[in-house]
Amino acid sequence: MIAVCRTDEIATGESVKFDADVPIAVFNADGEFYAVDDTCSHQDASLSDGFLEGCYVECPLHAALFDLRTGMPSCLPAKRPIRTHMVSVEDGWIYVNVAGQSEEVA
Amino acid sequence: MDTIAVVGASLAGFSTAQQLRAIGFDGRLVLIGSEAQLPYDRPPLSKGFLTGELTADDLPLAEQTDFDELAAEWELGRTAVALRPEQAAVELDDGRTIEADGVVVATGASPRSLPGTEGIAGIHLLRSLADAERLRADLSTGSPRVAIIGAGFIGAEVAASCRTLGLDTTLIDTTELPLAGLLGDEFAGVCARMHTEHGVQLRYGAKVSELRTDGSRVTGVALSTGELIDADVVLVGIGVAPNIDWLAGSGLALGDGVLCDSGCVTSNPAVVAVGDVANVYRPDRGTRARTEHWTSATQQAATAAGNLLLSNTTQEVQSVPYFWSDQHGVRIQFAGTPQPADEITVVDGAVDDRRFVANYVRDGQLVAVLALNNPRAFARARRAIGRPAVAA
Ligand SMILES: Cc1cc2nc3c(=O)[nH]c(=O)nc-3n(C[C@H](O)[C@H](O)[C@H](O)COP(=O)(O)OP(=O)(O)OC[C@H]3O[C@@H](n4cnc5c(N)ncnc54)[C@H](O)[C@@H]3O)c2cc1C
Ligand code: FES
Repeated sequence: MIAVCRTDEIATGESVKFDADVPIAVFNADGEFYAVDDTCSHQDASLSDGFLEGCYVECPLHAALFDLRTGMPSCLPAKRPIRTHMVSVEDGWIYVNVAGQSEEVA
Repeated sequence: MDTIAVVGASLAGFSTAQQLRAIGFDGRLVLIGSEAQLPYDRPPLSKGFLTGELTADDLPLAEQTDFDELAAEWELGRTAVALRPEQAAVELDDGRTIEADGVVVATGASPRSLPGTEGIAGIHLLRSLADAERLRADLSTGSPRVAIIGAGFIGAEVAASCRTLGLDTTLIDTTELPLAGLLGDEFAGVCARMHTEHGVQLRYGAKVSELRTDGSRVTGVALSTGELIDADVVLVGIGVAPNIDWLAGSGLALGDGVLCDSGCVTSNPAVVAVGDVANVYRPDRGTRARTEHWTSATQQAATAAGNLLLSNTTQEVQSVPYFWSDQHGVRIQFAGTPQPADEITVVDGAVDDRRFVANYVRDGQLVAVLALNNPRAFARARRAIGRPAVAA
């Protein structure tokens, strides 16, 4: 679990990025927080720079859309999903459980 | 509708095919494409593919499973030679015809060549993977001197890639300041300075008077100024022409491309046109426009697919034209439809840092946005196009 920031530090429609094994982006989609790998599965673009529409983030470079709940791309040019990570909120803090990392650490 | 034939199996054709399936078309789908490859991505051809960062394996537009899921018949390496609306058929170069009740024209565009250059070794055009493979092979044979004719986006990107490869590179253009008509003088100047800072020799405001050869291979480019640029490799990047020759006699209204209404529907309601070949009516401008950008092709695909299935224009293309370009490690992003008299203001970042967003404003409306290395601010600013501009 990584404590990322306080909930009020990410406004609705905004995001923050932090470094785990790879950069991870946390989005505030209308009050729900989602964490996904920050690097687009298509080429080199940072999804935290992208535009959020509902639960979808649009890649800032070639406009692929990713569903933040599943990591699945919903249009070209992205072909592969991005990893999603568990988010929990406690006492106003956002925690991210980076997928695959807890097993490695254990 | 039982059968839809998609002519041109690249970005626009493949995207339209995917959209047709996504909105429920479960009939026969035939994709006809001149190139032997399954659909692949062109933008890397002037960028990472030339520098060796990417290979042909990185280029397919989709995974094999996505191609399979389309459940289409692929006629690759086959060229459509005629569209016969009265028989509702597409005629192929092997003499066969594909009968179809709906047709998607997605034949793209071909680069213009300089007259008299055919068959001279070392002279290149760049559109296809085959073109890029030939160019890359030439660029990696020894340490060739490269001359690029035409400083549009393709020429500029190839110049940048050649510098990444450490090659002696000259970029030639007839205009004094290429891209000024699009970006305005200040930012066209920034693009020119990026080239010089990265060691590209600029010959702007110079016409090519002659290509010198040793009989079989190019040796140099003679300019109207009297200068001779020695060159072992020449790239000609002077624009493209839409691939519409095969549509002569089809009855479709043609001009600079296939003329369409605002929903990509041609003069025949059973035929839509998408991508670089489509000349689409833009209600906001009151004229038609052909857009040679990646995202235009994918956005038009969704509109065209819906209208084709209904044989009626129920949707219009909504998108604001957008393109990106990568040169000398700088990502340029531009959206909108500017005019020379627009008022331009930098609203985020600084021009000297090569990291900024600039707004183009006309009559108080935001009409275009340019960004260098600032994707985040760009992604937000571009959504405000068409709305009243907020004072900086
Ligand atoms: C080197 C390069 C770099 C680019 N970089 C960028 C960029 O950075 N940003 C950006 O926004 N855009 C860029 N573009 C533009 C973008 O790639 C095009 O807008 C896009 O490819 C258009 O797709 P299309 O399917 O309409 O046409 P094309 O991709 O041209 O596809 C048309 C296909 O139809 C086939 N065809 C033609 N005639 C026939 C026929 N009679 N029968 C059967 N098949 C036929 C052709 O062989 C081709 O495969 C670049 C283009 C190139 C070439
Ligand atoms: S880098 Fe994200 S869609 Fe291309």
